[in-house]
Amino acid sequence: MKLLRDFLDKQKPHFVKGGRFEKLHSTFDAFETFLFVPNKVTSSGAHIRDAIDMKRTMIIVVVALLPALIFGIWNVGYQHYLSQGLAYDFWPMFGFGLMKVLPIIIVSYVVGLGIEFAFAQVRHHEVNEGFLVSGMLIPLVMPPDVPLWMVAIATAFAVIIGKEVFGGTGMNILNPALTARAFLFFAYPSEMSGDLVWIAEKADAYSGATPLGHLLVGEVDKIPSDWAMFLGTIPGSIGETSTLAILLGAIILIATGVGSARIMFSVVAGGLVMGWLFNLWGANDYMNIPAYQHLIMGGFAFGTVFMATDPVSASQTGIGKYYYGFLIGMIAVLIRVFNPAYPEGMMLAILLMNVFAPLIDHYVIQSNIKKRLKRAKVAVKA
Amino acid sequence: MQLIKTCTQVDMSTVTKIRKGLNINLIGEAEKVIKELKSDHFAVKPTDFIGVFPKMLVKEGDTVKTGTPLFIDKNRENIIFTAPVSGVIREIKRGAKRLLLEIKIDADGKDEYVDFKAEQPSSLSREQVIEKMRLSGVWPLIRQRPYSVIADPLAEPKSIFISTFDTSPLAPDNDLILHGQGEDFQTGLDALAKLTKGKVHLNIEAETTHSKVFTNSKNVQINQFSGPHPTGNVGVQINRLDPINKGEVVWYCYPQDVVTIGKLFRKGHYDATRVVALTGSEVLSPVYFRTRTGVAVEDLVKKNTTDVKKRYISGNVLTGKQVELDSYLGFYHNQLTVIPEGDYYEFLGWGMPGLKKFSVSRSFPAFLFRNRKYRLDTNLHGGDRALVMTGQYEKVFPFDIYPMQLIKAIMVEDIDLMENLGIYEVDEEDFALCEVIDTSKTNIQEIVRKGLDLMRKEMS
Repeated sequence: MKLLRDFLDKQKPHFVKGGRFEKLHSTFDAFETFLFVPNKVTSSGAHIRDAIDMKRTMIIVVVALLPALIFGIWNVGYQHYLSQGLAYDFWPMFGFGLMKVLPIIIVSYVVGLGIEFAFAQVRHHEVNEGFLVSGMLIPLVMPPDVPLWMVAIATAFAVIIGKEVFGGTGMNILNPALTARAFLFFAYPSEMSGDLVWIAEKADAYSGATPLGHLLVGEVDKIPSDWAMFLGTIPGSIGETSTLAILLGAIILIATGVGSARIMFSVVAGGLVMGWLFNLWGANDYMNIPAYQHLIMGGFAFGTVFMATDPVSASQTGIGKYYYGFLIGMIAVLIRVFNPAYPEGMMLAILLMNVFAPLIDHYVIQSNIKKRLKRAKVAVKA
Repeated sequence: MQLIKTCTQVDMSTVTKIRKGLNINLIGEAEKVIKELKSDHFAVKPTDFIGVFPKMLVKEGDTVKTGTPLFIDKNRENIIFTAPVSGVIREIKRGAKRLLLEIKIDADGKDEYVDFKAEQPSSLSREQVIEKMRLSGVWPLIRQRPYSVIADPLAEPKSIFISTFDTSPLAPDNDLILHGQGEDFQTGLDALAKLTKGKVHLNIEAETTHSKVFTNSKNVQINQFSGPHPTGNVGVQINRLDPINKGEVVWYCYPQDVVTIGKLFRKGHYDATRVVALTGSEVLSPVYFRTRTGVAVEDLVKKNTTDVKKRYISGNVLTGKQVELDSYLGFYHNQLTVIPEGDYYEFLGWGMPGLKKFSVSRSFPAFLFRNRKYRLDTNLHGGDRALVMTGQYEKVFPFDIYPMQLIKAIMVEDIDLMENLGIYEVDEEDFALCEVIDTSKTNIQEIVRKGLDLMRKEMS
C-alpha cells in the first residue's frame, strides 16, 4: 500500500496543471480516489465531516444488486438447459450464464465509463460514481440473448442523451439505465420482446414466453406458479426474474438507508391498489389475476427496488415520494392490463413518473411557500 | 414612553420538543473548572463582523483604555468598536488587498476604563440605553436575524432571543459560566427589555438548565426546549416561537453578552471579561479560562496540546473559524477547539467496514454505537460531487423549510425563490449539520452565507 501510494505520489505531478498529461487529470483523479480516499481536508464550513461519500453509497447499491445478479447468471444457464431438456448441476449452469452475462456487463461498463471519463475530462470535473450503479443496472434489465453491439449503443445513448446533455450526474431527468432499456425496446422491438429472446440459445420447440407474454395473449392458465415467479426460475430479463433476490437487495438498501423505503412501499401499494381495482372491475382474465401477482411478474419488483428509487430522477421531497411511488405502481399495472403493445408497463411507468417528478415536487413546495406567505399576511394584520 | 415590564412569564408546562437533529459526541469536553488566564495579548478582528467595512480611529503605537473606540463601520457609522483592554496598539495587521485583519493590543496591566456612567436601565429611555451600549462598544454583541449582522441601532426588533444553552459539539456550559453573575445578567435583561415592544425570550433546556441565574430571571419570557443540536441555536428557537416573515427583524445575543451589557449599566464601563472553554481531542487537559474577548490563541493553549498536526478552531467544530496559533479568538466565540488535521490518504477507505468511523448513514456501523465519543479529524472523507442523494438534510434540519431546494435556489441566485423558500428564517449555522452529513461534500454554509449576503444587498 505504501508502495502504491509512493507510486501515485510520483506520478501525480504529471497530471496536475502544467504537467505532461494535464489533459488526463480527471482520469488520474478517478483512479487515485478509487484506490485511496483523498487527503483533502475541510476548507470552509463544518470542520468535521461524515465518513459517507458517493463511492460508499454507490458501492452499497452494487452490493444490493449482487443477489439478483448471481441468481440471474444461474437462471440464464438453467433456462438454457431447461429448454433443451437437460438438467445439470449448479456450476455448469452458472458457467453458461456467466459466459452470457459477463460480456454484457463488461460492454456496459467499458462504454459507459469511457463516455463518463471523456465528459469529466472535457468539463474538468471529477468523475462521478453514478455509473457504477447504472453500469450494473443496464445488463440486469437486458434479455440474455441481447447482441453486445446493442448493449453498447443503448449504453452510449443512455449516458449521452439520458444524462450528459442535461449537465451530467445529478441533473438528469430520466433514469439512465431505464433510458437504455427503453431505447432498445423502441429501436429494436423484435430483439427486445416476444417469446424468443428470454432464453439464451433456446431450443426451437420450447416456449420461451415470460409470464407477461402469456398474459398478453390471454393464456392465463400457462403462467408459472406463484412460487416459481417469486423464486425467479422463469424466463425473463437477466436480473429481473427473482423477486426473492431483489427482496434481499431491498433489505440491504433499506437497512443502510441508501434506497428510499418510502418510494418502495408506495410503489408496492400503488400496484396492489390498482390490481385490486381491476379485480373489482373484472372485465377480462388479465384483470382478474390476483393483485399480488403483479408484484412478482416482469420487472415490477426490480423497478420498485432499483429503478424507482434512483434519487436523481425520483421525487426529491418527502411527501412527493409517496405520490411518485404510488403512481408508478398504479400506472405500471394499468399499462400492463390495458396496453397490449407494451407488455412491460413498469419501465414506461417509471420513465413517465420521472418526467412528472419535478411537477409533483413543485406542488409540494408550493404548498410550503403558501403556508409561509399566509403566515406573513397574518403577521401584517396583527 | 413604554411601560416598564416587570412580570416574568414562565411557562414551565410546555416544552418545545425538537425531534430532528444530531448530537455529535466528541472527545475533549472541558472539565467544569474555571481557571484565571494571564494574557497580555488581545485583538479585535474586523473580519468577525459580517458586512462591516472598518474605518480606523487609532494607529499603531496609540495608547487605549478599555472602551476607547478603535474603528467604526464605514457603512453604518453609528456602530462603534472599542478596545477590550487598556494598553498599546502593537500592530494593525492587514492582509491581501489591504483587508484589515487584526488590531493587536498589548495590555499594560493598568486596567483603565472609559467611564460611561453607571445607571439602572429602568431609569433610562430606550434611546439612552442604546446610546450607552453604542458608545461603549457593547452594541456589536447584539445581532439580528435575518443575515446575522450587527443590529441596527435605529431599528426596533419584533422580539429578542437569548439561548441559554448550546447544543453544538463540546459546547461550553453556560450554567457554569454564569454562576454567581445573576445580578449582572438580570440588569442586562432589563436593558434588553427596553429595546423591544415585543418579548424578550429566554430559552432554557428543559432538563439540563438548572442555574437559578436563568430560571429566576425576571422581565422576560422563559421558554423550555428539548432536543438534539441544533435546538440550542436561536434560529431554531425563533422559528418555533416567533418566525421571521419578510421585512421583520429579531435580535439575539449570547448569555455572556447579557452579563457584559449588565456590567456596563451596573459599573459604568465596558467589561470584556469572558469565560472561554478550551476543548477538543488534542487538548491535554481541557478546561475553562476566565479572560477577555479576543484573547491570543497561543496564550490559551500554551503547552496544553498533543504533538500531532492540529487545527485550531475559534468556536466549535461545526461553525467555528480556523485560526492560526499566532491569531486570536473571535469576537463572538467563547470556545477554542483543537482537533487533528486529516490530511492523510486511506487505502480503499470507501470500501472498508469502517468500524470506528463517524457516520450518520447506516452504511457504517456507527449507528450501533449511539453514545460513542469520537476523535474526529478534518478529513473530508471524499470528493466534491453533484447533489445526488435526497432526504438526507431533512433528518437534521428542524425547520419547515426544504433545505436542498433552498440551497439550489441560492446556487442559481433566484432571489424570489430564496425568499419564498424561507431564507429569512435561517442562518449558515443552521445548515452546519446538513453540511456534516452531506454525501456530496458540498460546502453548504458557504452557499447559505452567499445567499444571505445577496438578499441583504438586494433588500437595502
